[in-house]
Amino acid sequence: MSLELSGPDVSRPFIEAAHPEHPSLLDPTHQMDALFGVVNIPNVVWIDESGTIVRPAEPGWPGPQQYPEAMRKRLAERARKEAENASDDGPKRPNLMQLLRGGQDRETYPDAIRDWAHNGAASRFVMTPDEVVAASQPRPMDCSEAAAHFELANHLWRTGHRDAAIHHFNDCHRLQPDNWTYKRQAWSLVGNERVGGGELGRFNQGPLPGEEDDWPFASSFDAEVAKLQPGEYYPNTM
Amino acid sequence: MILEQLVIDPHRFETETGWTIKPEGACKGDVCVPLPDRDDVSDIAGRLGMALVHDDATNLNALGPESLGGRALLSAEAPELVLNDIDGNSFRLSSLRGQKVVLVAWAPY
Repeated sequence: MSLELSGPDVSRPFIEAAHPEHPSLLDPTHQMDALFGVVNIPNVVWIDESGTIVRPAEPGWPGPQQYPEAMRKRLAERARKEAENASDDGPKRPNLMQLLRGGQDRETYPDAIRDWAHNGAASRFVMTPDEVVAASQPRPMDCSEAAAHFELANHLWRTGHRDAAIHHFNDCHRLQPDNWTYKRQAWSLVGNERVGGGELGRFNQGPLPGEEDDWPFASSFDAEVAKLQPGEYYPNTM
Repeated sequence: MILEQLVIDPHRFETETGWTIKPEGACKGDVCVPLPDRDDVSDIAGRLGMALVHDDATNLNALGPESLGGRALLSAEAPELVLNDIDGNSFRLSSLRGQKVVLVAWAPY
């Protein structure tokens, strides 16, 4: 499920490049967030043959991360700049990849899925229904309100009410600050415009240098990541 | 769920929230919540713990998902999910019953 509100053509190149043999769907209104408690991507949900969830939404990958060439270059350049800017004094901040690679183990996650595929309900990774509910994301009333603001923002953005949409995006982010999908969706819309689109335009999720005062959101990807410790972005649930 | 008017259409309510309006109330999985006044959206929202947010500029409302139970999942029964593929073909998650399913949420950002 591609959680992107901008229409099929934004997701199409990724789906066509992957040549999926499985259903590959679009989720423009982020139903995965509201119905399953997805708060970041990639997130994975396991459902057994009877339609019972046996693992709720959690970070998961199909194997070791493989980035396209353009993304590898971008990450390498970022790591170089982070190293350049690192102060010699005081504790050293983890760089972006250290922050993103902490937590859930990317390399062994597919082995857990294979274990379930082979052993079914006897797999040690299968949770009971009570465990599934308890391990799903917390949802106080604030999170319901955040989802309602997100849905309004999503609708208003797609119908051309840009300022009103940004107002609701900001309310949504304030009410559910740990929902990265709501944030990244919003930041990427404006970030993509600022860099003029392109293959990786939607990975620009903050103001360009010198345009900080013109960024319409209360925060940005870099500002939020700077507050994290390894393991907090993709928590280990295994 | 976007509402142009504060009226609940039961079919749409079930499709978008997973809650079925039955004689005994609003039901999802094993949980049924009595609804004394089915025409009062604010009352329904309050009983299910759904936030109701209004946009002044467009006069639209949005109903958030239930917070009843305090977790994203009220039960381990997978909710129905109906989405389109990139060619506009509709697909129902429940059509995969009888198979193990791994749902993967991703995004191009």
